[in-house]
Amino acid sequence: MADSVAIKHEASHPALQHHFENLEQQREAASLGMWVFLVTEIMFFGGMFFAYTLYRTKYPAAFASASNHLSLPLGAINTAVLIFSSFTMAMAVYSAQTGKRRNQVVCLALTILLGVTFLGIKAVEYHDKYVDHLIPGRLIPGRPFSASDVHLLPGAAPQNVEMFYWIYFAMTGMHAVHMIIGVGLLSVILFFAARGKYGPEYHNPVEISGLYWHFVDIIWIFLFPLLYLLGRHLEHGG
Amino acid sequence: MQTSWIPFIPESASTVSSKVDALYFYLSGVTLFFTLLISGTIIFFVIKYRRRSPFEIPQPIAGSHKLETMWSVIPFIIAMSMFAWGAQIYFENSRPPKNANEIYVVGKQWMWKIQHSTGQREINELHVPVGRKIKLIMTAEDTIHDFFIPAFRIKADVLPGKYTTQWFEATKAGTYHLFCAEYCGMNHSGMIGSVIVMQPSEFDNWLSGNAGQQSPAVAGQQLYQSLGCITCHGANGEGGRGPGLVGLFGRKVDLTNGQSLTADESYVRESIENPQAKIVMGFGPIMPTFQGQVTPEQLIQLMSFIKSLQVTGAPAATAPSPKSAPTPASAPTAAPNRQ
Amino acid sequence: MKAIETFQLPSAAKVNYINAEYGLKSWLLTKDHKRIALLYLGSISFFFFLGGLYAMFIRLELLTPQGDLLSSATYNKVFTQHGIIMVFFFLIPSIPATLGNFLVPMMIGAKDLAFPRINLLSWYIYLLGGFITIYALLAGGVDTGWTFYAPYSTTFSNSYVIAAGLGIFVSGFSSILTGLNFIVTIHTMRAPGMTWFRLPLFIWAHYATSLVMVLGTPVIAITILLLAFERLAHVGIFDPAAGGDPVLFQHLFWFYSHPAVYIMVLPSMGVVSELIANFSRKNVFGYKFVAFSSLAIAVFGFLVWGHHLFVASQSVYAGMIFSFLSFAVAIPSAIKVFNWTATLYKGSISYDTPMLYALGFIGLFTIGGMTGLFLASLAVDVHVSDTYFIVAHFHYIMVGGALFGYLGGLHYWWPKISGRMYPEGWGRFSALVIFVGFNLTFMPQFIAGYLGMPRRYHAYPPEFQVFNVLSSAGASILGFGLLIPAIYLVWSMRYGKHAEANPWHLPGLEWRTASPPPTENFLVTPVVTWEAYEFAPPEEMQVVGKLKGEGLEVADVSEK
Repeated sequence: MADSVAIKHEASHPALQHHFENLEQQREAASLGMWVFLVTEIMFFGGMFFAYTLYRTKYPAAFASASNHLSLPLGAINTAVLIFSSFTMAMAVYSAQTGKRRNQVVCLALTILLGVTFLGIKAVEYHDKYVDHLIPGRLIPGRPFSASDVHLLPGAAPQNVEMFYWIYFAMTGMHAVHMIIGVGLLSVILFFAARGKYGPEYHNPVEISGLYWHFVDIIWIFLFPLLYLLGRHLEHGG
Repeated sequence: MQTSWIPFIPESASTVSSKVDALYFYLSGVTLFFTLLISGTIIFFVIKYRRRSPFEIPQPIAGSHKLETMWSVIPFIIAMSMFAWGAQIYFENSRPPKNANEIYVVGKQWMWKIQHSTGQREINELHVPVGRKIKLIMTAEDTIHDFFIPAFRIKADVLPGKYTTQWFEATKAGTYHLFCAEYCGMNHSGMIGSVIVMQPSEFDNWLSGNAGQQSPAVAGQQLYQSLGCITCHGANGEGGRGPGLVGLFGRKVDLTNGQSLTADESYVRESIENPQAKIVMGFGPIMPTFQGQVTPEQLIQLMSFIKSLQVTGAPAATAPSPKSAPTPASAPTAAPNRQ
Repeated sequence: MKAIETFQLPSAAKVNYINAEYGLKSWLLTKDHKRIALLYLGSISFFFFLGGLYAMFIRLELLTPQGDLLSSATYNKVFTQHGIIMVFFFLIPSIPATLGNFLVPMMIGAKDLAFPRINLLSWYIYLLGGFITIYALLAGGVDTGWTFYAPYSTTFSNSYVIAAGLGIFVSGFSSILTGLNFIVTIHTMRAPGMTWFRLPLFIWAHYATSLVMVLGTPVIAITILLLAFERLAHVGIFDPAAGGDPVLFQHLFWFYSHPAVYIMVLPSMGVVSELIANFSRKNVFGYKFVAFSSLAIAVFGFLVWGHHLFVASQSVYAGMIFSFLSFAVAIPSAIKVFNWTATLYKGSISYDTPMLYALGFIGLFTIGGMTGLFLASLAVDVHVSDTYFIVAHFHYIMVGGALFGYLGGLHYWWPKISGRMYPEGWGRFSALVIFVGFNLTFMPQFIAGYLGMPRRYHAYPPEFQVFNVLSSAGASILGFGLLIPAIYLVWSMRYGKHAEANPWHLPGLEWRTASPPPTENFLVTPVVTWEAYEFAPPEEMQVVGKLKGEGLEVADVSEK
């Protein structure tokens, strides 16, 4: 009886897991799984977007003042970096599907590089905030928040500027954590890609990592205008 | 403490309590009916169609759209009747009547501080007359509390940094429970007190027996001066660089952003703590914030003062004013000393 | 009526999932959904026991009005911890992580869940969350109430809020992963012929539950995270002293925690659908209505959170909208109850223990659901919210609903899970004791609530004592009743009668394999050619004529 437990699978690709009937089913499950996961991520960030919307409506002047103090060039460069990384990621998936191993490795490496660049620039921005005493609350011992470096528009209470920075750090911080996870994930994929694991027949790990990467980019596409651009029009007497 | 002939119903001592009870009876009746219907049917079926031989198989039965429609639509109609009834009572009670006496309530861990508009202060006790409408304006100093009087069937959260209101009209003299109904920490269950409902004449006696305390409006007027509000809003709230405050409460206010609102406690509080949030049409965003400079109680005093600034000719503020209590000035300059 | 056929079953496999491998490692590193279900069963039972212990202290304390057994501070910790443990570590994972984990693949004819490693990971995450929470309890406890309302939790509480919050945050991911696994498995791994409308209603219920898990849990995760940071760093999104809004916390919290009630009760409804159909040997009346009502509950459940805030300074109009929607969400539940009742009509009803739990469920859930209408009704809610009426209501849903379904399901599938029969006599006896004890515990609380006794009160005015004494007496009966199955189920694992592959003579897929099943569930991938609950061929299907018990007449029928 025991031997009948092991039933022969029709396709015997080494990547096929025992409980799937075939690679097609396995691929379908993996990509649906990633989509469902991304839905949970949307809900996760959704809570913060909701808080952002509420307080931006409540304290528009403070949010505009605080937003104006963020570095627009750095934010814009980072946006460009991420959009370009989405392109290289898409190319990596395409190369895996078409079996172009060298292209695949190069594109993955580029994507990782761009991700690290983004994180580097983000670190520079965080450091600037640290220098300006803009780390909210008492997160940094002995260095409490102070809005004295922020040019306050009329009506902006320093306390609410702090609220903006708290939301800024919560959202970009959570986004950065996702970027770090993404870079880690892609490094693993790169390792296997270099060893030729992915080809036209089996490439769903590349595909679903790509989905994840695009998702993290899209979050940033929302964060950039909401955090960096929101006060620009007020500055010129709106 | 039940006196009603119906068991398990708390004392009914306000104008709304009997309305809530009526709805409660309706809901209980429907619940009882459906519970008995369902359990009765189940018991009947379970006995009638019990398994008689271990391997029998009953004939399968297809579903029925008609039945499904019926037992969706009928419960829905019943549910809507409950909704409409409940919403109607709630809606009626959501707006305190204009002529209500105002009483200020401040909750803090773990006590209720209460002040009548005529100045009398109480702790964990609330004296009110029968047959007069009472509006409670409530805020908290620390965490969230909840002002609950079961005999009146009213309850509302009391929040820090916000003003909530509820109102009632007591119908029966007596002493009733006052509970904090929102968990607020260690001694939450000790944050209780009594509501003492008295006949109006007794109440007036009680008020005069406790007179001599400064009314919140007068205290508010002093704050109005010491905080420097007069420089922009005028010595008598007539306005200047800032908008006028006379007759502000209940008035429609147009804002620079094109919206308009009706001035109430929350608006006034926001304008003091976060002045730039809503700027009155025709004025500049020049007012500094007073956040952190005024306590919740002082805010109440300022509001009370602003409420007392009525357009000349209109009846002064609220409240039956017992002779001995200082009258919240309709002409604030006439208020006692300390100019 | 004709006699039941015994299915052609594969001869009992000598190698099953329990004896396929031995040793601690083979359990701790298993990827078999059935073994993971057992790991969950063990850990959930532990937390249930712990939560029950706290409940015991609550009931002992409330025997007298003075608050003399525990100090206020201790009592507050006890009810908080009772809530946290029971909600997040027992009720939410209870049915999905044990019965769901075990049965979802078996009922759809799959070899395992789609992501076995993620399944195992979810158990470890659950354990990690549990350990962090237990650390919080041992280090000094937490006293915010399981609702963690700001600003008390962020600013005023002197207890281990961050640790407890972190525990819930972590265990939330286990719930997300379970839900994700179920959704993908049900979509992609159904056996040939297992169409959506041939799925057992247990599967539909789990699909709906998974949607709630996946959509709701991330919101509580971020909310708790913000709360913890707020407490840690003294910055405020929720603290009014820092310009924040404590009511925002309540909105975010209930956006998850109201649907979370459906995470608890939907799987239970799935179990009850199975039990009612199988123990009366009838197809479920209105299968599609029962299936879609689960989805309707899952979707509408996300739109009613505001009814927790009727007295929390919400606007009057928001209150009216939420009240309306809350009444609307009651309808799918009513549909289920009516369909279950109609399923019994002309059935062949047995009185086995699982059926007793299922019938008890219907009665208690009806009371729990109907008293929910009191809370949806604005004017009455103002009076009863935050009183013992609420406590009674949600215990009728969570214990009378979720727990009864869980126990019924556990007994029903026990032969499949353990390969042994439980003692039927003891089973019926304890089901009865639990039913009586439960009602005696919570019925008086409705009355105390309407009379005005606030919840979370350590000491209370003496006129409420009689209800509390009744309630405590009921609780001791309930506790005693719950100990009985705990003992005999463990006992039966070794001494129980060996179970046949299909001891109840049922058509479901999970009964068409050995008890206990082999590691890959089925020796050959099954091909499904029958409808759900097909005891007799569909040609014999009778059209509803007259339902005498309900006094309703119906001319003809359309479905099928």
